[in-house]
Amino acid sequence: MPAVTFIRSHTVALPATNIDTDQIIPARFLTSTSKAGFGKHLFADWRYDSAGNPKPEFALNRPEAKDAHVLVAGRNIGCGSSREHAAWALLDFGIQAVISTEFADIFRTNSLKNGLLPVVVDEPTHAWLLKNPGAEVSIDVEATTLNLPNGTQVKFPLEGFARYCLLNGVDELGYLLSQDIAIRAYEQAHR
Amino acid sequence: MFEKVWDDHVVVPETTDTPAVLFIDLHLTHEVTTPQAYTELRSRGLKLRRPDLTLATMDHSTPTRTEQVFGGAPIAVDSAAKQVKQLEINAREFGVELFNLQDSRRGIVHIIGPELGLTQPGKTIVCGDSHTSTHGAFGALAFGIGTTEVGHVLATQCLLQRRAKTFAINVTNELPRGVTAKDLILAIIGKIGVSGGTGYVLEFRGAAIERLSMDERMTICNMSIEAGARAGMIAPDATTFEYLRATPRAPKGDAWDAALARWAKLPTDAGARFDRSIDIDAATLVPMVTYGTHPGMVAPINGSVPPFGDAVFEKALKYMGLKAGEPIANVPVNNVFLGSCTNGRLSDLRNAARVLRGHKLAQGVKMLVVPGSQSVKRAAEAEGLDQVFRDAGAEWRESGCSMCLGMNGDLVPAGHYSISTSNRNFEGRQGVGARTLLASPETAAASAIRGRVTDPREFPTN
Repeated sequence: MPAVTFIRSHTVALPATNIDTDQIIPARFLTSTSKAGFGKHLFADWRYDSAGNPKPEFALNRPEAKDAHVLVAGRNIGCGSSREHAAWALLDFGIQAVISTEFADIFRTNSLKNGLLPVVVDEPTHAWLLKNPGAEVSIDVEATTLNLPNGTQVKFPLEGFARYCLLNGVDELGYLLSQDIAIRAYEQAHR
Repeated sequence: MFEKVWDDHVVVPETTDTPAVLFIDLHLTHEVTTPQAYTELRSRGLKLRRPDLTLATMDHSTPTRTEQVFGGAPIAVDSAAKQVKQLEINAREFGVELFNLQDSRRGIVHIIGPELGLTQPGKTIVCGDSHTSTHGAFGALAFGIGTTEVGHVLATQCLLQRRAKTFAINVTNELPRGVTAKDLILAIIGKIGVSGGTGYVLEFRGAAIERLSMDERMTICNMSIEAGARAGMIAPDATTFEYLRATPRAPKGDAWDAALARWAKLPTDAGARFDRSIDIDAATLVPMVTYGTHPGMVAPINGSVPPFGDAVFEKALKYMGLKAGEPIANVPVNNVFLGSCTNGRLSDLRNAARVLRGHKLAQGVKMLVVPGSQSVKRAAEAEGLDQVFRDAGAEWRESGCSMCLGMNGDLVPAGHYSISTSNRNFEGRQGVGARTLLASPETAAASAIRGRVTDPREFPTN
């Protein structure tokens, strides 16, 4: 996993609440056995019409969304299915951080495991971001701060171990493997 | 109860800097969320740590037409066929016990775990599938994980976890006649919302829960995730033990007695504190049906689409082709799906058949009946339930996830209303443009007969 330390980008906003992972990546695209290539199917049913043409009014299709790496989404983003393909699709599309007031548990975990940064903000900050799509923001993972162009700086919660993994680009499997002695002891005691 | 199971599985305790290392007793796997995890193991030269605690089945992208399962007809979706093939390769290479497409023990992962007796009280159970919460019905701590974590469990049999908070759902009294466990869980989700359980492990408790069968308890815990919960649990009791006693992989002999003694200690101690709790009076409930595009948009069957006004709500109603104030029981039904890990067990098929017996599907209505497992299918056929469905005009299929998510090509056409016993009414869940109405098997069957959403209590079933 590549290290994630600092993100600077304009935002793209999807204000809908409860965006489920079936919307982020519909089930019919889950038959792939690789992690690559999901970006083109990201939000497929919102992004394309039935003939497969991009819907011009959809936020991600608008010219100002081009090269946006930060997605601002409504409350409870990522609910529903545990499909990690949702995080893969967002990353493959170019999204590096998602900002919302609340994240569904499994989506949040999956995102962190892939270097997609979930940023939980308070209601006023969220409202400002939704009102100002395209705003140039920066996110400092070390300091766990989100900086808005109006000079406002907000702290966001990030579990210490997840922060360490993001900053150093290490994944958790290495850490788990290093616990082998403890795991073996547990297994011995529970035969 | 959650804390007891948690404490029993801590390999390395959590600190402010690091999450706990939690041992996993049972890892259930399927074809969709594992291929990338095996690729990761292969690239790191890692082995499967505990083949004895790992089981693989095929359910999500598998066909349900008999000729495709057993007759050698090709799987319609080419990439799905490849995915099924890949699981066979991975299982062989890593030494995982696999129930392949033709195996008589195959079925939806959350149906077969309990059926085999692998799902047991006090276990930690994970699967790359959000409905793993189902297994909490036995007093197990069971939750869905992503593919990266599937890799962690394959390689180390452990996960890094922070302890969740606890949320008691106290359900008093008794469900009235004609009101089911599905109606109860839909009512709970309607009350606490689709993110009301986020960060919590739910414990369903109280007299109404204690009266439920294991099948009904599984329906309840299955949909805990639809409230955003990490897991849902129900204390094991005589009903749990009775169910497990007859299963092939439950402990036997002295091991059974020892297990019973262990399991009896699991229920939450009297006076224990929960981080949050709510009370629900089961006696006040009626059958419930969803009208929107998430399971929290749910109303009593004798009610109507509520008036609201925010843009997301309006968008959902537009997608559903419904208007605020419209009676729920007036909504037309084109399609009926009976099955899924929520309501694909034998008792669900029995309950639907009891309503449907002697009736025909309304003109133009299509109904698909997909048993949760091959074992459920055989048991249903032994009772003649398949004939009841066939006589009514429904299709009787092989087991799998099928039309719950339409990965295998079992789809609802755009614009059609589908009353479904599954768990998610998200946009496009059953097919692009499909309009899903979640309900109980009884409500689905009654609605199939009338061709519109119908209260099953209008059909006496004695």
